[in-house]
Amino acid sequence: MATLSTRAAPPKETAGQPGRSNGGRRGKGFSLARTLRYAALLFFLLIVLIPVYVLLVTSFKGPGDASPERAWNLPSNWTLDNWRTAWDALAPSIWRTLQMVVPSAILAAVLGSLNGFVLARWTFRGANLVFTLILFGMFIPYQAVIIPLNELVLDLSLPSGIPTLILLHVVFGIPITTLIFRNYYQTIPHELIEAARIDGAGLLRTYASVILPLSLPSFVVVLIWQFTSAWNDFLFAVFFSSSQNGPVTLALNNLANGALLQNYGVSMAGALFASLPTLLVYIVLGKYFIGGLMSGSVKS
Amino acid sequence: MIKSVKRVGPPLLLLAPSLILVGIFVYGLIAVNFGTSTTDIHTAAQTTGQEPSSNVWFKNYFDLLGNEAFQHSLKNLALYTLLFLGGTLLMGFVWAWLLERPIRGESIFRSIYLFPMAVSFIASGVVWRWLLNSGQDQSATGLNRLFQMVGLDFLQNNWWNNVDYGITAIAIPAIWQLSGYVMALFLAGFRGIPEELREAARMDGTTTWQLYRHVLFPQLSPVALSALIIIGHMSLKSFDLIMSISKPANYQTKVPAIDMYIYKSSFDYANAAAIGSILLVIVAVVVVPYLIRTNRKEK
Repeated sequence: MATLSTRAAPPKETAGQPGRSNGGRRGKGFSLARTLRYAALLFFLLIVLIPVYVLLVTSFKGPGDASPERAWNLPSNWTLDNWRTAWDALAPSIWRTLQMVVPSAILAAVLGSLNGFVLARWTFRGANLVFTLILFGMFIPYQAVIIPLNELVLDLSLPSGIPTLILLHVVFGIPITTLIFRNYYQTIPHELIEAARIDGAGLLRTYASVILPLSLPSFVVVLIWQFTSAWNDFLFAVFFSSSQNGPVTLALNNLANGALLQNYGVSMAGALFASLPTLLVYIVLGKYFIGGLMSGSVKS
Repeated sequence: MIKSVKRVGPPLLLLAPSLILVGIFVYGLIAVNFGTSTTDIHTAAQTTGQEPSSNVWFKNYFDLLGNEAFQHSLKNLALYTLLFLGGTLLMGFVWAWLLERPIRGESIFRSIYLFPMAVSFIASGVVWRWLLNSGQDQSATGLNRLFQMVGLDFLQNNWWNNVDYGITAIAIPAIWQLSGYVMALFLAGFRGIPEELREAARMDGTTTWQLYRHVLFPQLSPVALSALIIIGHMSLKSFDLIMSISKPANYQTKVPAIDMYIYKSSFDYANAAAIGSILLVIVAVVVVPYLIRTNRKEK
């Protein structure tokens, strides 16, 4: 499923009826059914966008504007104060999150690619079992390993914060990256690998000269997936870092639930800041992002 | 013998780093965690080795399962999962169904329905905490205020502050966030159905409903199963959203994952570990049959 996109498959030609078959697009004119569909789609669109409206509007409101009566109104005075305060509070943690997300995504992708190659195209007896055992790691609740993990991290005297989190995101990223690469490599014809084998290429040689050059699309998908999931992680962050050395989700949570006077404007500006990188990935690489989401589903 | 080592050796060597890491961090730690859950390490002092700890077998499990507060967590988890699963599957299906036939602006609708998926639960929790504010009438903000403005006052409620079913309020943002994902799955499912099938059905003069009932729906059931497993296991592990909307100490919205955090914070390692194991068992009951089935089908 790795390369699935939600784009329509090209229309198949049926005998004597070339080109797009009559798949529902009937002439122009007025159609009640289509109007109703649009109405429903727009209705759901508005519902989905409600929280976005609130986030944006509130982030530009001054403290006096936050009274309940005016909760849904536009700001009476537009101000950037919330954005400045939120930026000051979150900037260091955003920088730390980048330092965490980039190396962990790359490492997990490399390991996943090697695993995927072996499990899809250089298999051995029991490879399917090995794959299933690795895959199970994707589903386990991390709560079931955190207590001993904590001791292990202490025993290894790993520096708290980003270095520990990098290790954890690599380790627990392996199942999903292996899954994505394996599904993708299964679409590479056997013949290509056989040909390399006949030419005397060994395992590594085949990987480097046949598989790797074809891997770019799934590397993109895997990197997006790992980037977003590590960026959005909160569970590991809250157990293995503090607000002084942790990623942005932790900092944002502390900002929004802090003991200080609740300031919704600052929290919401902060939530927008903390979401910008993943939203940017989504907007710029949207097509691949969807591919990444699909790969997250186990092959059916 | 040597020949088989030569054949199996290199691929295993390439897998080795991952196998070692997964072996230690997943299976090794699960075993150690289970060990901890059968001890009586309930305070910080014991963990530093000042007091001896002894094995109490399954006492922690029995205590937890007999504890009314933990039963409340399990009930919350069941309610939340039911609503979260039902909501995302329904919404996701309806959206995919609306977008399935060609329509102008499809990619815009699709992108906007899907975008909440890119945002962290912590960030979306900030705005949903405000939307689900329990203040009513004069002090209403969020959705309660919106209901007033459009004349639906009777819909006002105290959201997650209700002890019995407050947890269902937390499922609303969860549904908001993941319906688009389920839509993408279903849409891919719809698009994967060969056009010939529809053509053939149309030739036979089937009605639209019959087409869906007998041709399209059966083709979508593997997708529905995938969605069920993915959303289901996410739901069982839910933590971030509850942490950011409610507070961990709130009885109304607690689930096992939150209990585990609280026990860990108070250095009650034995109970925290036991809850981890209980969650693992619940997830495994759902996921393992699925993995076995998928594995078998591939052979």
